[in-house]
Amino acid sequence: MSLLEIKNLTAGIEGKEILKGLSLSVGAGEVHALMGPNGSGKSTLANVLAGRPRYEVTGGSVTYEGRNLLEMAPEARAREGVFLAMQYPVEIPGVNNTYFLKAALNAMRKHRGEEELDAIEFLQLARQKMKVVGFDESFMNRGVNEGFSGGEKKRNEIFQMAVLDPKLAILDETDSGLDIDALRIVAEGVNTLRSEKHAVLVITHYQRLLQYLVPDFVHVLSNGRIVKSGGKELAEELEQKGYEWLETEVATAR
Amino acid sequence: MKTAVETAVLQRLRQAGAERFKALGWPTTRIEEWKYTSLAALAKMQWSAAIPGGEAPVLTNSMVGVAAVEMLFVNGHFHSMQGEPPRGISVSNLAAAADSDVVEQHLGRYADLERSAMTALNAANIEDGAVIVAGERVPFEGFIHLIFAGSGDGVWSHPRNLIVAGRGSQLTVVESFVGTGAYFTNSVTEIVAADGAVVDHYKIGCESATAYHVGSVHYHQERASSVTSRNVVAGGALVRNDITGILAGEGASLTLEGLFVITGQQHADNHTLIDHVSPRCESHEIYKGILDESARGIFDGRIIVRPNAQKTVSRQENRNLLLSEKAVVDSKPTLEIHNDDVKCNHGSTIGQLDEEAMFYLRSRGIDEEDARTLLVLAFASELVNRMKIEPVREQVRRALFRQMPERLPEQREKGR
Repeated sequence: MSLLEIKNLTAGIEGKEILKGLSLSVGAGEVHALMGPNGSGKSTLANVLAGRPRYEVTGGSVTYEGRNLLEMAPEARAREGVFLAMQYPVEIPGVNNTYFLKAALNAMRKHRGEEELDAIEFLQLARQKMKVVGFDESFMNRGVNEGFSGGEKKRNEIFQMAVLDPKLAILDETDSGLDIDALRIVAEGVNTLRSEKHAVLVITHYQRLLQYLVPDFVHVLSNGRIVKSGGKELAEELEQKGYEWLETEVATAR
Repeated sequence: MKTAVETAVLQRLRQAGAERFKALGWPTTRIEEWKYTSLAALAKMQWSAAIPGGEAPVLTNSMVGVAAVEMLFVNGHFHSMQGEPPRGISVSNLAAAADSDVVEQHLGRYADLERSAMTALNAANIEDGAVIVAGERVPFEGFIHLIFAGSGDGVWSHPRNLIVAGRGSQLTVVESFVGTGAYFTNSVTEIVAADGAVVDHYKIGCESATAYHVGSVHYHQERASSVTSRNVVAGGALVRNDITGILAGEGASLTLEGLFVITGQQHADNHTLIDHVSPRCESHEIYKGILDESARGIFDGRIIVRPNAQKTVSRQENRNLLLSEKAVVDSKPTLEIHNDDVKCNHGSTIGQLDEEAMFYLRSRGIDEEDARTLLVLAFASELVNRMKIEPVREQVRRALFRQMPERLPEQREKGR
């Protein structure tokens, strides 16, 4: 059984349908890349999976570990191991980064029936994960993403992911706006998460992240549907030819 | 403790206050400054003063041991004083210090009973309060805590405080208002900052849920003095604060920070007035409101820049968070600028919790109620964190939790 099973999903925002019958199956241990031009529905899928308000699902189903994901509140999804690294992480001044992440981790541990971590135990874990993403400890004492640069915000997302250790990580254009060093760090962060228990769905416009983060499967999203799936070589093909040849191919096939 | 000294100053004030209140009567909503706040319910009541010497209430906000001096007033009567002021600082109750030069010189000079009926009412019933004086160039690092406890239905009190910070001195005073029952506190505090003095003043309002509180604070600032005013409203059925700062001397600076956290049927009206009289003064004001259920809040902030007050810098901000559809807040910032050489800006916002921030927290596993708690606290924390005294910060946080039991379920136990 797949970890995540999306069947014929239709969804949109403010009455506009963006996903038009998307199907995708992600198994534990797999890294999937979802590529596609702007407006193809990549971010909509990420937001629907995380349960962002205002997104409406109009048809189809999403099953996660055999359960209906769409019925679950965002926090319930998170506690079951779904993590969305956001494209535009919000700044929350006044909510301390350390406090926030400790509260998040302990909410999950409590949910799993595990002992909550105290401040010292949490800090030990956090320090260990900070090294992975090259995240400076001084960031921990600031407000959540407060005054962070674009790259720092993305790193914080990966850092949170490393601490929360999700079963299914969804990276929504985490590579956009990153320089090459940051890109490498993000990729390394994701790579450390790679195991037979974890699945990763990397949503990206460009192929460059996939040089460091080699996917098992590549899917091309166009106009709300997956129009082509393949191995990692598909990403390279897209990089060379762009998305247009695919759209032509799909149109011819119809 | 000295017995009350009846002096000409107090007698004069009492008489003038009584006459003036008789002429003005209780303020009504027909007066612009009282447009949103009706005292009709108070005016109808038969209030009486409590008999002195009652039992001390159980205090949860005592800072004995942390504060250099803590004074307790019960229903307006001086009850006790603990701790010793350091050299150069004098702390006494008004009844005992009524014949001092400081009282003679300053009492009633800044709180104008001609213009304000409630100040006149306070003067008419003047009984006791704190008199705190910092000598010239005395740098007092600690703080003095004044507790005004009200108790009993139908009991009123009219605390009257005078705080004088001498040239180049440094002084911190915390006023706390607490109590049980449907009492009425009508306080007036006059604060003078002489040349170069630095004054931190806190007014922490945690009156009982059925109590009325009307209070004014008057800051009078001389040359290059610096005053920080922190005003917290986290209690009371009806609260009205009038905070006035007169920047009388050149180069003075004033910071007004206010936080009102109200719920149920609570009504909190904060009026502030900053008067830039002299050149090169600065004022920075931020007031924040958090309103839940059917609470009613008002921020009326007036800034006057006089013709002589060139090179004035003034910033004013009022931000309000509405947690319920029934909560109402009125925000009324007013700038009156009478010269061209000024830098002033002001802004006002009324909003709900940020949806994006809520989703972000929830997407990390934090449930909706806890996420709401975090964001409400975050909104308040900007001001709470700037309070320099840790036990005061802690008291304000606790008051915040008490005010929001429905919204802050996880924190409720810790808040008690």
